Amino acid sequence: MKLSDTDKAMLDGAEGPAVAAAMDLLVRYGQALDAEQLCDVRNVAGTMTQPSPAKARLVREGGWHKAYAVLNLDSDGDFAIPDMKVPTCQLQQSFGPDAEGIAPYPKEFVALQTDAEAFYSRKGVNILATCTPYQVGNLPVRGEHVAWMESSAVVYANSVLGARTNCEGTASTGAASLTGRIPCWGNHHTENRLGTHHIDVRTPVVGPLDWGMLGYFAGGLVQEERPVVTGTLARPDPLDLKHFGAAAASSGGVEIYHLPGITPEAPSLEAAFGGRPVPEAVPYGERERRAVYEDLNSQGNDPDVDFVLLGCPHASLDQVRDTARLLEGRRLSSGTQLWLMVPRALRTTADRNGWTQTIERAGGRVLTDSCPAMSRSVPPGTKVFATDSAKQAHYLPAILGIEAWFGTLADCVDAAVTGTWKGDLR
Amino acid sequence: MSTAVVLRGRTVVPGLAEGEALVSPETISGWGGIDPARGIVIERRHPLYGQSFAGRILVFPGAKGSSGWAGFFQATRLAGTAPLGMIFVTTTTKAALGAVVTRVPTVTGLDQDPLTVIRTGDRVRIDADLGTVTVHPAPAPHTVTHPSTTRRRP
Repeated sequence: MKLSDTDKAMLDGAEGPAVAAAMDLLVRYGQALDAEQLCDVRNVAGTMTQPSPAKARLVREGGWHKAYAVLNLDSDGDFAIPDMKVPTCQLQQSFGPDAEGIAPYPKEFVALQTDAEAFYSRKGVNILATCTPYQVGNLPVRGEHVAWMESSAVVYANSVLGARTNCEGTASTGAASLTGRIPCWGNHHTENRLGTHHIDVRTPVVGPLDWGMLGYFAGGLVQEERPVVTGTLARPDPLDLKHFGAAAASSGGVEIYHLPGITPEAPSLEAAFGGRPVPEAVPYGERERRAVYEDLNSQGNDPDVDFVLLGCPHASLDQVRDTARLLEGRRLSSGTQLWLMVPRALRTTADRNGWTQTIERAGGRVLTDSCPAMSRSVPPGTKVFATDSAKQAHYLPAILGIEAWFGTLADCVDAAVTGTWKGDLR
Repeated sequence: MSTAVVLRGRTVVPGLAEGEALVSPETISGWGGIDPARGIVIERRHPLYGQSFAGRILVFPGAKGSSGWAGFFQATRLAGTAPLGMIFVTTTTKAALGAVVTRVPTVTGLDQDPLTVIRTGDRVRIDADLGTVTVHPAPAPHTVTHPSTTRRRP
């Protein structure tokens, strides 16, 4: 891999031992990818604050500097961590103090994370604490090279914003924050962003449930590749695209997709394939739609719902408003809990608009920073949960060993109020 | 005694490793897919469910799932449950970074499909400096289940 003079200087320690360790990791990583060079990034989304037993041990042994060296730089060195060189944000983490008494989570981890937030914010890390940084003001411009992790955020950044990022990890984002560099590989190159598969939709796709199911179908079909979707699509809003991408990055490893006429790098079907021949279309009709719905509901058996989970990826303000409207004047079933996960920055607005109070009056909870999958935490005794997120229906049964129902926001709220799942595909 | 087969590819992480192969016919998840504390695959629908990769050469098509992949494999190194080496087919950022932070000899881009040439139980030597893999097939019949692994049900 070819290094610039600045890269070489950083590697040789011109900017101190932490930056040298960061560059060493980027060189090892770039060589592992067979990348030709590194590129500049000025926007990093990574993770430093989320507690784990290994992190607690490292902090006990050598403080947060040691934890960053090992986990965020993959270095055995003992050195001080300098300020972040480029703007960096913390993605979703674990439950914090505002979830105490609601979401079961070890108190010592809440304390560890609170301590981490204080340390890293002093180092220049923006504690957005959400899987959707793009919903709270972190919006790279089209064509900008960034280094993000979190699969649902990566696919949004590439596809909807037209920024360029691979699906980075804890160590590569940690190194990018201190150097402003990342391997120029994969999605950073135009030819690797062009479509590989064409899906032709022949059944109406309207609203987040249908966009989520279409995403789940697309990811299952293309796996790590790049779907281009045309057909009977209603014009999506950002919420629809959030659900489409998150689902495609769950059933498969989709990091970029194109919707000709909608997403920025695909003014037309032909442009989405960069002038290469458009492959034969794979149809997505009513039969495929029903199959996806049944697949996502295949891990549900018992209609008695203990827990309703909304806000994966973290809810938009529209979702909070819609949830509040559906719960207005109603009361949750005594045996059912409802949690809505939102970025803390948006919760402030939800509070101000009165939506949080409406949801809480009904017995629901508006939680921030995390989710049941990240914190491995659900209401005690949960055996069956319902969600409007294809991603959570995909992951949570495997992670927590519980049954899942998948449906619309209205289906989920009805289940929370009645305690019974009655969702059906309409 | 079967003769050794040599595959040639490209270095991902340099170094030498020799051990028994564990071959995954399917891609592997990090977050939600493995338990670093025990060094086993925990994804219920996975063909290697409950099997240990600790101290073995992990042969797999590639990485899938969350961007936490590398962090989870780094955790196997910190917990002492890491594989001895890795051989994968598809290079992604998850798999490449994962191999780097696991710090085990790793190769990819082999001239024959490692998923068909190598079978679980074969003795495999990775010379990742040269990018070669030498496979000493285990005596037939191949057994899929390794005696030291236990299948756990949740």
